[in-house]
Amino acid sequence: TKLNFSSALEEERHVRANDRDYNERFSYADNRIKTAKYNVFTFLPINLFEQFQRFANAYFLVLLILQLIPEISSLSWFTTIVPLVLVLAITAVKDATDDYFRHKSDQQVNTRQSQVLIKGKLQNEKWMNVRVGDIIKLENNQFVAADLLLLSSSEPYGLCYIETAELDGETNLKVRQALTVTSDLGDDVAKLADFSGEVICEPPNNKLDKFTGTLCWKDNKYSLDNEKMLLRGCVLRNTEWCFGLVIFAGLQTKLMQNCGRTKFKRTSIDKLMNTLVLWIFGFLICMGIILAIGNTIWEQKVGSDFWEYLQWKELTINAVFSGFLTFWSYIIILNTVVPISLYVSVEVLRLGHSYFINWDRRMYYSRKDTPAEARTTTLNEELGQVEFIFSDKTGTLTQNIMVFNKCSINGKTYGDVYDEFGHKVDITEKTPCVDFSFNPLMDRKFRFHDSSLVEAIKLEEPLVQEFFRLLALCHTIMPEERNEGELVYQAQSPDEGALVTAARNFGFVFRSRTPETITLYEMGQAVTYQLLAILDFNNVRKRMSVIVRNPKGQLKLYSKGADTILFDRLDPSNEELMFTTSEHLNEFAGEGLRTLALAYKDLDEDVFDEWMKKLLFASTALDNREEKLGALYEEIEQGMLLLGATAIEDKLQEGVPETIACLTLANIKIWVLTGDKLETAMNIGYSCNMLRDDMNTVFIISGHTMLEVQQELSKDKFSSGLDMEKTELYSSDSVFEETIIAEYALIINGHSLAHALEADLEQILVDVACLCKTVICCRVTPLQKALVVELIKRHKRAVTLAIGDGANDVSMIKTAHIGVGISGQEGMQAVLASDYSFAQFRYLQRLLLVHGRWSYHRMCNFLCYFFYKNFAFTLVHFWYGFLCGFSAQTVYDQWFITLFNIVYTSLPVLAMGLFDQDVNEQYSLRFPNLYRPGQLNQLFNKRKFFTCTLQGVCTSFILFFIPYGAFMTAVRDDGAHISDQQTFAVTIATSLVIVVSVQIGLDTNYWTAVNHFFIWGSLAVYFAILFAMHSDGIFTIFPNQFPFIGTARNSLNQKIVWLVILLTTVVCIMPMVAVRFIKADLYPTQTDKVRLLQQATRKQGPQEQNLRRVRRTSSRRSAYAFAHQQGYGELITSGKNMKVPTSSTSTYPLSSPTRGLTGTSSASICKCFRHQKH
Amino acid sequence: IMASSYGAKEEDGHHPGSAGLGGAAIRTKKPDNTAFKQQRLPAWQPILTAGTVLPAFFIIGLIFIPIGIGLYVTSNNIKEFELDYTGTDMSSPCFNCSQSWNSTNTCKCELFFSLDQPFESNVFMYYGLSNFYQNHRRYVKSRDDSQLNGDERSLKEPSKECEPYRTNENKPIAPCGAIANSMFNDTLDLFYIDPNGKKRPISLTKKGIAWWTDKHVKFRNPGGSNSNLTTVFKDTAKPVNWHKPVYELDVDIENNGFINEDFIVWMRTAALPTFRKLYRIIQKNNDMTPTLPRGNYSLAVTYNYPVRSFEGRKRMILSTISWMGGKNPFLGIAYITVGSICFFLGVVLLFIHHKYGNRNNSSDIAS
Repeated sequence: TKLNFSSALEEERHVRANDRDYNERFSYADNRIKTAKYNVFTFLPINLFEQFQRFANAYFLVLLILQLIPEISSLSWFTTIVPLVLVLAITAVKDATDDYFRHKSDQQVNTRQSQVLIKGKLQNEKWMNVRVGDIIKLENNQFVAADLLLLSSSEPYGLCYIETAELDGETNLKVRQALTVTSDLGDDVAKLADFSGEVICEPPNNKLDKFTGTLCWKDNKYSLDNEKMLLRGCVLRNTEWCFGLVIFAGLQTKLMQNCGRTKFKRTSIDKLMNTLVLWIFGFLICMGIILAIGNTIWEQKVGSDFWEYLQWKELTINAVFSGFLTFWSYIIILNTVVPISLYVSVEVLRLGHSYFINWDRRMYYSRKDTPAEARTTTLNEELGQVEFIFSDKTGTLTQNIMVFNKCSINGKTYGDVYDEFGHKVDITEKTPCVDFSFNPLMDRKFRFHDSSLVEAIKLEEPLVQEFFRLLALCHTIMPEERNEGELVYQAQSPDEGALVTAARNFGFVFRSRTPETITLYEMGQAVTYQLLAILDFNNVRKRMSVIVRNPKGQLKLYSKGADTILFDRLDPSNEELMFTTSEHLNEFAGEGLRTLALAYKDLDEDVFDEWMKKLLFASTALDNREEKLGALYEEIEQGMLLLGATAIEDKLQEGVPETIACLTLANIKIWVLTGDKLETAMNIGYSCNMLRDDMNTVFIISGHTMLEVQQELSKDKFSSGLDMEKTELYSSDSVFEETIIAEYALIINGHSLAHALEADLEQILVDVACLCKTVICCRVTPLQKALVVELIKRHKRAVTLAIGDGANDVSMIKTAHIGVGISGQEGMQAVLASDYSFAQFRYLQRLLLVHGRWSYHRMCNFLCYFFYKNFAFTLVHFWYGFLCGFSAQTVYDQWFITLFNIVYTSLPVLAMGLFDQDVNEQYSLRFPNLYRPGQLNQLFNKRKFFTCTLQGVCTSFILFFIPYGAFMTAVRDDGAHISDQQTFAVTIATSLVIVVSVQIGLDTNYWTAVNHFFIWGSLAVYFAILFAMHSDGIFTIFPNQFPFIGTARNSLNQKIVWLVILLTTVVCIMPMVAVRFIKADLYPTQTDKVRLLQQATRKQGPQEQNLRRVRRTSSRRSAYAFAHQQGYGELITSGKNMKVPTSSTSTYPLSSPTRGLTGTSSASICKCFRHQKH
Repeated sequence: IMASSYGAKEEDGHHPGSAGLGGAAIRTKKPDNTAFKQQRLPAWQPILTAGTVLPAFFIIGLIFIPIGIGLYVTSNNIKEFELDYTGTDMSSPCFNCSQSWNSTNTCKCELFFSLDQPFESNVFMYYGLSNFYQNHRRYVKSRDDSQLNGDERSLKEPSKECEPYRTNENKPIAPCGAIANSMFNDTLDLFYIDPNGKKRPISLTKKGIAWWTDKHVKFRNPGGSNSNLTTVFKDTAKPVNWHKPVYELDVDIENNGFINEDFIVWMRTAALPTFRKLYRIIQKNNDMTPTLPRGNYSLAVTYNYPVRSFEGRKRMILSTISWMGGKNPFLGIAYITVGSICFFLGVVLLFIHHKYGNRNNSSDIAS
């Protein structure tokens, strides 16, 4: 609270470097992180306080107190305290373990070491001791400890590279650059210690991509932006060291501000349960009032005449007061309708279900040795009710690995493998790979299966060579060669990396570059090309080109880009080739590959000189520079010759399309929320089968203003189409719903989403989006992801599940009802914030359709039975009230009341709740629509509750009145009387135990040995305890506690008692059997049908299962493989990101003419390419 | 919480499974392949099908109806005679007693009745009370079981539950509590009036009317082997309503004090406000004559027990018994009814199943 308070006041942050005294005045948060709730001393009071804040616990505490008042105590204190202590203890142990792990992880983070500049010296300090205003030194591959202002780094121009995977999930490197004034400080500790700049900046906030502030130093002001910040959670890469000034620390860092508050997640059943408990409570009070009124009347009419034998005690002044006391007495007696052991049992069940998830070998990923993990144990049954899945893309649906898969060169495709009969062979792990051993510089991880391409290379076919030369030249990758031959490419996008790596393995090794040259090893020969211009990529151009001069002096333009764009700019002579290539592209796209077309062009010296002059002129133009440049690029990229096309596989995680198809059949809507670009996202949409060619329309919303978005959302055709759908939807059966929705898909980008999420438009957005089969949101920020989830939660009242792997998914994982983290990847942010984690997206299918469904089914059956059982048990007292003068006399023995819920009936229902399987796992997966009842909330809702409580009421009625009828005149077979209270109690209790045991037997679909053991065992234990408690021995020890001595013997040896028990059982059970049978026979649910099928199959023996194969039907061009950002051409040509050549590693002299330029004078030709709006 | 991930990540970096060469020595996190953990426990999976449900209904019907008939017939064969001697009616001989009751004078009245049928075998004589709330919570609680079990301390310090019948004139009451205080104390005597008008007393056995466990375990006189109950109960007071102290309930030492069977029977509180308790047994004679032949009888009542204030009724019941106990038409009728309903339901279900039931509904599963 203190933090919020100060940040609410903080309007501007003042930080003075190296001046702790000054900074302390503002009491900024330090770098310690505390997530734990208790310590050793505060645990017991705080935990108990928290527990008693829960309604149920408080209720039972009040009951306990009531029971201690002798005037109203109708039950002994032990009937309540035993279960209550049990509940409290179990919960406390659980809370304590949770908190222990939080302490441990806090400790681990807080005690990390970092080097802090204190009093002119670098000292190792724990993270938690880092203060705002400190200067700290980071080394390569270290985590950034707090939000830092970059001061200086080991790289030239104060550049440093960071990986922001923890923040936004992007694994590519990002560049940060220090101010020139500060980067001059270098690593001179003395100078840094003297640095006394003051930063004035924005208060802490959660915007990861924005920072504004100014640095005042030596009477100069320098403006600061996000490009100069290193945020907590980033990792320093490729930078030996850097120094930074702490601006935000601890909980005020942008990372922590983005965390959002950890909300205690509760399932809808939990909430329903609480409502129901309240209702039951109301019902209890009503019964209490009825009986109290009854008591008042009885005392007045009958009781006062009965004084002779039964006087009022001194305390009882009059009948009304007696009624008042009776009210409380009845509250105590009937308290068992609010089932105290319900909460414990539910916790136990969920814990058990969680263990089953942890133990599941089919959700264990052996390659990473990661089993599935249920990190929270409170949400299991909600897994069976999910309606919306929000999925991240990168790392979740895809592996974020790009693989050069196929190519088409001059009208011939390579990449497929054929057997001797000329049939295409499916490529598996076992397919032999092409041997690249001829090439010492190859990348060992690269795999290619079609040897004909290598043969073509070896035959030195010019076009094939040109193809790979293009791939090796036309890109913006930075190479790094630590040791001879050990090349590492720093790629902006994994696509480029894949292409250049492919070229490398096929003998066109991109080895090094300077701002003006590119050196290749072409089949072992070093060839240096002069780099004349980079015509960089942007969203509009969808292509990039380079102009190089080869060693022979020829000028060449190499271009790669989206096929549709390049095909328009080809030489007319290429038409035939274009046609063939186009077919190949369709083929590639049909397989879900990301395609690129490649083209080249020879340039005339004169034409190029002319063009270069115009380019120089345009790049200095003041207005419309970008358009002018664009036009110039357009001019030179004409009349190109087509070389071919590449096809890159954005490797999906295993089984993703099948999983999505299966989940879709289960009527789960899957939305993809990704930070990626529109094209990439759509591409994945197609390869995952979420977008298909047979969809009527794919709506793309990409407006920049509110108005645009509104218009796009309510476009004429769009809205009319949807309106029509709507009316149809509402008028028709839900069966048709799916087929109607199937036709549409919605793709919306981050800008538009920001507008669409505003209050005016959100309703439209929800309406539109929910009518679409597929929704993809791209370019969304972490917070927007959460907002989208929140939106659906608010408007649809459906259960949502968010799945992701990166820190950028944390907010949505926390917001959704259920958060799933993909584990075993880099970064554990998502996993730590998640409720469930496993290694592969495809396990989601099993988690939901098997575990979730079972959990839901079990929990619902459990609850129904539990309420039934408690009503049947308790309401007998209500009926008895009418016959015992409303005096709150219990029907049963006190011990029976104490033990009924926790001993006699708890284990069978627990066994059912743990092991029951209505349909086995194969059938659960085979018939995904078995998932439907969960989404519709059919198995446990208010109606179900009424049904099962009504059944309980009826059972209690029968339980009471059949023995009543039978015992009115009954005597034993030796003439002694039998209609005494104790025999009555034993008869009813025995009937009750048998009836509820038979009922649980009917409810159990899956009788394992454990179920048998528990059900028969419970009955046996009941009789054992009954006879033990009614035995002579125990009576002689505690005569006042066990007054039922001999009752069991004397009543259970009577035939009439057993006849009564048998009759009661049959009357209680048979109507239920009849109703269930009729229901299953006349209106069988899907589950009933599948169970019958399952039984039939089992009888016939194992049958061949025809698993539905999911075929990819998409034939869409997925031609937008560029996933990288623009602007890197400029960095390359300016030479800013080139390292100073060190003595041994580089074979080639890297003399660069631009080397002399300072950071600010990088007004090279490419300066102008910069910062077009995304 | 987020920040804590770095640690976990580092740990994750070198998990044991990555080595790959160590073979069996390496512990992976792979879950065990046991039927229990994989939820593949062998199981019986019953389904409610026509094949199981319909026979169940028929079988229940076929079992219940004969049982019901048997019960009904047995119950009808039991001879029972009931005589209300409350005396609320002006014409009743006990009217006077019921009107002017006081604890000092004993009031006697005699009622005449005749039995139409002879009662064979042992005949049991009950007293029945109506509208008497022996099951009221305050009443039920008002006893001290350890006192009744002969505990000396409880004899001197009866339980608080006995209030307001705990002490009298500073002496502890033995037996304490409302139940004991309200013990039924009418004396009933039965006479056979033979055809020549002569009254012959019928011998009534008062032993064996209580449960064996009650008599021998639950109830014990204090003082152990001391057979002189007078000294044992010396410092105690008799219950307020009683005429004589507890040690004068009977002359027989085996039936006196707390182990007096009339007392024990009374102390076993009835479940319902209308109840009957065994009073005496009329043992069957050895000869061939019925225990109670047809004819006229008279019941002599020593009227001590007032019920008029709460509109209670007092009855004397004579009954024979069978294997199933006393006369009990309810069970027989209930069994016949339930059995018939089950059978009928079976027929209805069979009809519904044949006519409308979807017997091969597994074929149309929409998947």
